[in-house]
Amino acid sequence: MTLRFEIVLKEWPQFAIGLGNTVWLCGVSMLLSLVLGALFLAPLTAHSRNVRRVAQTFVDAGRCVPFLLLTYFVYFALPAVGIILDKWTAALATLVLYNTAYMAEILRAGWVSLPPGQIQAGRAFGFRGFRLLRRIILPQVLIAVGPVIGNQLIQLIKDSAFLSIITIPELTYAANSVQSYYFVPFESFIAATLLYWMLCSGIEWVVRRSERWASFVRRSHA
Amino acid sequence: MLELAALFDLLEGAGITVGVCSAAIVAGIPLGLAIAAGRTGRNPVLRAICTVYASLVRATPVVTFVMLIYFGIPAFGLEMSPLPAAVIALTLNTGAFNSEIWRAAIVDFSRGQLEAATAFGMTRRTAFWRIMFPQIWRTALPPLVNEMTLLIKASPAIAIIGVVELTRKARQIAEYTYEPLPAFGSALLIYGVVLAVLIVAARWVEGRLAERRVT
Repeated sequence: MTLRFEIVLKEWPQFAIGLGNTVWLCGVSMLLSLVLGALFLAPLTAHSRNVRRVAQTFVDAGRCVPFLLLTYFVYFALPAVGIILDKWTAALATLVLYNTAYMAEILRAGWVSLPPGQIQAGRAFGFRGFRLLRRIILPQVLIAVGPVIGNQLIQLIKDSAFLSIITIPELTYAANSVQSYYFVPFESFIAATLLYWMLCSGIEWVVRRSERWASFVRRSHA
Repeated sequence: MLELAALFDLLEGAGITVGVCSAAIVAGIPLGLAIAAGRTGRNPVLRAICTVYASLVRATPVVTFVMLIYFGIPAFGLEMSPLPAAVIALTLNTGAFNSEIWRAAIVDFSRGQLEAATAFGMTRRTAFWRIMFPQIWRTALPPLVNEMTLLIKASPAIAIIGVVELTRKARQIAEYTYEPLPAFGSALLIYGVVLAVLIVAARWVEGRLAERRVT
């Protein structure tokens, strides 16, 4: 058995397009679910215990759903109740829906770890409501949970491979179509694996750099 | 509502999910320990191999990895049917994640105890099994259980090579009953129950361990 990696090299545009689709799908849905997760903070940290409990149950349940099953829900079950999405919208909706539960929980944990004095000081300086959230709370929460968000992005990229099952042409789909056309399964999937590895290592590197930057910012403000 | 026959069909899929995941969990925990031992050991070649393996596999989506094992390994002349390929792929995958947990527990272990063991004339192997392991498995248990829940959630990946597990079964039922909502909804509930049972069992074991440490 000879390995034919030259086929993978020849078909590099397919892999590049697949990688590009993986990156933009995950990037866009990460940003959207960051915003939605931040909006979810209001019920998660509400004064009313019942509101808090309902929101927390919702988030916990969301984190129990396997990604593929959620994809099937959005793509195959929603049309039964009259919501018909094309595959790209379905893919993006699934990624955002799935990731929002995790982002809400990550942001909540960051919020809880924030010293209460910060919020009280912000109030004393006249910050209220949305401005308090935007200027005082969110910047600190985001710096605190930055590394966790990085890990979640890596998780999201790996879950997005399931989208190949609903024929979204992302990286795993590209590898599968190259392997079935030329019958080079090992070469093709190893190439995809290495590309995922590079992508995830890149994110880890950025997270490490930004951690160093965050501690520098914190020190220079202290 | 789901008919009784369809429900039993779904439970059969759940059985495959639970069976394959249990096999992978049982095999993956010692595999993770072995990789962690390689990563923290003295042999530089073994250390490099184990480190690269863990890093590569942890960055690979489970779907891609399952296809690599099932379609890629036969290229070297080793034919496999889907079910064993699924168990092997999930074991190799969870083993890489487990190695990270075991490694953290090994690195955090108190040096003083190991030095004391050496002073008593224990070999590294004896010190590991008699002194270190009985302590680190307690620290490693909660993150290991967390990894088990992640494995169960990633297990629908084995459907892509034709193993009819819970998610695949739900899709089949949705197709022949023309009613996707009850099929996927029931599958969702079954996943919830399986994960809840695992988490409650783990909490119970942790509670027992904590009691024993107090007395």
